Amino acid sequence: MANVSIVLVSHSSKVTEGIRDIITQMVPAVSIGVAGGTEEGEIGTNIDKIKQAIEEVQGEKGVLLFYDIGSAKMNAELAVEMNEYKNVHVVEAPILEGAFVAAVEAGMGKSLEEVQAAAEKNYRD
Amino acid sequence: MELNVANTVKWMTLANEKIQENKTYLTELDQAIGDGDHGINMARGFQEVEAKITATDYDNVSDLLKDVSMTLLSKVGGAAGPLYGTAFLKLSMAVKGSETLDFPKFKSGLAEALAGIKQRGKAEKGEKTLVDVWEPLVDYLNGQNSFNAAGFESVAKEAMEATKDLEAKKGRAAYLRERSIGHLDPGSVSSFYIFSSLAEVLKEGD
Repeated sequence: MANVSIVLVSHSSKVTEGIRDIITQMVPAVSIGVAGGTEEGEIGTNIDKIKQAIEEVQGEKGVLLFYDIGSAKMNAELAVEMNEYKNVHVVEAPILEGAFVAAVEAGMGKSLEEVQAAAEKNYRD
Repeated sequence: MELNVANTVKWMTLANEKIQENKTYLTELDQAIGDGDHGINMARGFQEVEAKITATDYDNVSDLLKDVSMTLLSKVGGAAGPLYGTAFLKLSMAVKGSETLDFPKFKSGLAEALAGIKQRGKAEKGEKTLVDVWEPLVDYLNGQNSFNAAGFESVAKEAMEATKDLEAKKGRAAYLRERSIGHLDPGSVSSFYIFSSLAEVLKEGD
């Protein structure tokens, strides 16, 4: 985990797995954690799963979180705030395209801020 | 009023009972304008809350409310988890260390809880969310010097019913825009169950 890592937060584990497959095909050198679905594997998000995914991929360069809809953003933000993580940011970008851009940038060894800026560049409100 | 460990446990137990009874109704409301999981999520969350707090001994209300918050955060899969979880966490923090809550403490705690919901959900009043029940209640309490169970419940009920005419601006229902008008907001209905349970428990204690 020499590079910035990524965590994908979605209502569905199929979504997080699918996005991870797409990204790792092109960028194998970036760790991608997944938090898809609820504890029971149903549609939803779960703060404990998000925490676990962050801790699995956390390295010294930090972690960027990408989320899909509804509770995903709130739970991602809560997971970061409640555990008082340093260098873990929630990114405002579409989960697939944003995480893909971020992974490519992270694979070049860029910093957390540089990777986040690249991912958010085209999508900011 | 006095909210102590015993009647807070009763409050949550009664809220769970109402949510279990209305699980299908909440789900139907959510199917109309959302993703249809509100009844199931709230029923699961409050079942776990009751199990947790009835199996634990508490010295003070704030620790109890913190466990309510943590259980809802972990066990409710939809947006209700982080929103109610944040609300009870803020309430717990506002009354930290308090063995019991008197009216002024409850009033300020509820105001903090509302602020937490608004910050977490980036929502304001009038957007067809649970803020539309919590904010009128906080405003109502600000004009009161003591807790009036009947008054509290009727404000909650009216506020909940008024969400029917609103157009959703937040949450899944916002994607439906004007088609969300004419349906009650499910989160406001579950909030009403929580607050009417509180009113019932405190009425008994009068």
